[in-house]
Amino acid sequence: MSDRQSSNAYWQANLKIIYVCIAIWALVSYGFAIILRPLLSGIKIGGTDLGFWFAQQGSILVFIVLIFFYAARMNKLDRDHGVDE
Amino acid sequence: MSQFTLNLIFIGLSFALYIGIAIWARAGSTSEFYAANRGVSPVMNGMATAADWMSAASFISMAGLIAFTGYDNSTFLMGWTGGYVLLAMLLAPYLRKFGKFTVPEFIGDRFYSGTARIIGVICLLIISITYVIGQMTGVGVTFSRYLEVSNSTGLWIGAALVFCYAVLGGMKGITYTQVAQYIVLIIAYTIPAVFIALQLTGHVLPQTGLFGSLNGSDTKFLTTLDQVVTDLGFKSYTGHHGSTFNMVLFTLALMIGTAGLPHVIIRFFTVPKVSDARKSAGWALVFIALLYTVAPAVGSMSRFNLTTTMWPGAATGETFSQPAVSLDSIQNDPEKEWMRNWQVTGLLDWEDKNGDGLIQYYNDGGESEALAAVVTEQNLQGNELTTVNRDIMVLANPEIANLPGWVIAIVAAGGLAAALSTAAGLLLAISGAVSHDLVKGAINPNISEKGELLAARISMAVSILVATFLGLNPPGFAAQTVALAFGLAASSIFPVLMMGIFSKRINKQGAIAGMLAGILSTLLYIFTYKGWFFIAGTNMLEDTAANWLFGISPASFGVIGALINFGVAYVVSNATEEPPAHVQDLVESIRVPRGAGDAQAH
Repeated sequence: MSDRQSSNAYWQANLKIIYVCIAIWALVSYGFAIILRPLLSGIKIGGTDLGFWFAQQGSILVFIVLIFFYAARMNKLDRDHGVDE
Repeated sequence: MSQFTLNLIFIGLSFALYIGIAIWARAGSTSEFYAANRGVSPVMNGMATAADWMSAASFISMAGLIAFTGYDNSTFLMGWTGGYVLLAMLLAPYLRKFGKFTVPEFIGDRFYSGTARIIGVICLLIISITYVIGQMTGVGVTFSRYLEVSNSTGLWIGAALVFCYAVLGGMKGITYTQVAQYIVLIIAYTIPAVFIALQLTGHVLPQTGLFGSLNGSDTKFLTTLDQVVTDLGFKSYTGHHGSTFNMVLFTLALMIGTAGLPHVIIRFFTVPKVSDARKSAGWALVFIALLYTVAPAVGSMSRFNLTTTMWPGAATGETFSQPAVSLDSIQNDPEKEWMRNWQVTGLLDWEDKNGDGLIQYYNDGGESEALAAVVTEQNLQGNELTTVNRDIMVLANPEIANLPGWVIAIVAAGGLAAALSTAAGLLLAISGAVSHDLVKGAINPNISEKGELLAARISMAVSILVATFLGLNPPGFAAQTVALAFGLAASSIFPVLMMGIFSKRINKQGAIAGMLAGILSTLLYIFTYKGWFFIAGTNMLEDTAANWLFGISPASFGVIGALINFGVAYVVSNATEEPPAHVQDLVESIRVPRGAGDAQAH
């Protein structure tokens, strides 16, 4: 990916949205649900703590939101750059 | 009406529906056979993808995996859903734009190499065949349990059904039967879950019931469950007991493995537009989440029900306030008939070791003061519920909760739908690789459209026979789906596709070297601990955490294999010449959506 990096603004904008989404994707699953769970254990929810909720339910819901967010942002980007179908 | 008749009616009706769809959705061209003529709406494709994805393991085993391990097995929940985020952003839209029929075809074109394509075919075949054996055995087991036929008869009936719609309809027939199968399996999964959530917590939604309070009590359900299982010497349900490092690594291996599974990727070739491929991944995850967010509730609540059956006092959280269930009750009470039914199958068994007429269920090596006192006082000689197969958590769930017979019949039809829909998707990936990548791509490039369609149907028929044969005589690797199929998908297919899209610099040499390094390192690591080609006794090191390299479990190694693949491909590509101009143009073209509609005339 190093040389001949696509200079195309559309592609760069796409990559930027992907970076943001992937960061959130990793934060909720690997972060909140696993690594950061001890830090969040003070936040109680339904007989357990926030990390457990993220591990068994929350991260899946965030994943769904992320995909629809990405799809919507990309539709707009496609139109703005005149590459929509 | 007897339970057998009910099962027969529900399974028969669902099969009649699938056959009706098969007759309606016959394929007349290769485009219909491989990609349903790219005319499937994003929502429909999402539903079909959900059925394609959710296998016998998701339907039957996953709740049980969570039930007996609790929080630590959340890896499966996150791992088997998080891959769709990667698919939606990193693979599906660009591969749809590429507009061809198979995953190896993209690898071959992008890396301008027949060798790369063949390596892709080999990976696809290992992954999909490992995976399909589990589905075929699942069909056999479900049939034999609910329709009182032998395992092999059940398998042949299932194979004949898949034959009808897969050979006739290809991707088109499979897509619409998968939509129907999704509806059957989600109803089958949800109904017992709602009943049980209502009984225990008063919540209609199992998702909120999991975090609610027990009926008639202020104590949260999960608090009571933790209390009861730790009383019996088991590890707490919500606690984290394993290694954090491996939990992260295993989840990541499942996620990138999911995104690299060929039978899932090809589903996104069936939608009309690139934007539909993105949206469709979202819908797929919505439909998958309807089962995956219910599974933890099913798992925890059925574990609670099982425990309160064994220790009636556990219902209020005071485990030892009443004596354990009596042998007499298990053998004679009508509401414990399910225990006797499942004892016959060998999935459940008990033995009154100390001869006190009670069956005490607990963890032998467990550390619990309350338990230690009971063990001494009642002179216990060991756990007396000697076998509890985790699959019962879903299969016996309706019976444990005393639900009506038709619910049990629906669960039977749902289990079959889950196994059959995944099997059909895998068989399509296999037969496409054989007829399109091997026959047309390598052996006879001049084959006519009609000739290729015939080749596709023949390879589908042969694939079904091979899968049925392997289902009847499962080889050693069949049980290693998670390590082998996900490991290879993560270490070979996912990286090579991603580099093919996101880099213009990775060339033929880099891709081939990367794939080989990824696959071979992953196989070597798995074989070191699981035995060469999974032959027992040939493993070089014992499969225990202490022996693992840096504590990495063989099932998580796909992540390391992927890193090796990326690294080798990068180094080799930079040491050799850059890809030709037409390949760089191809990469430019798949990065923009416009023109995807034309790509189908191919």
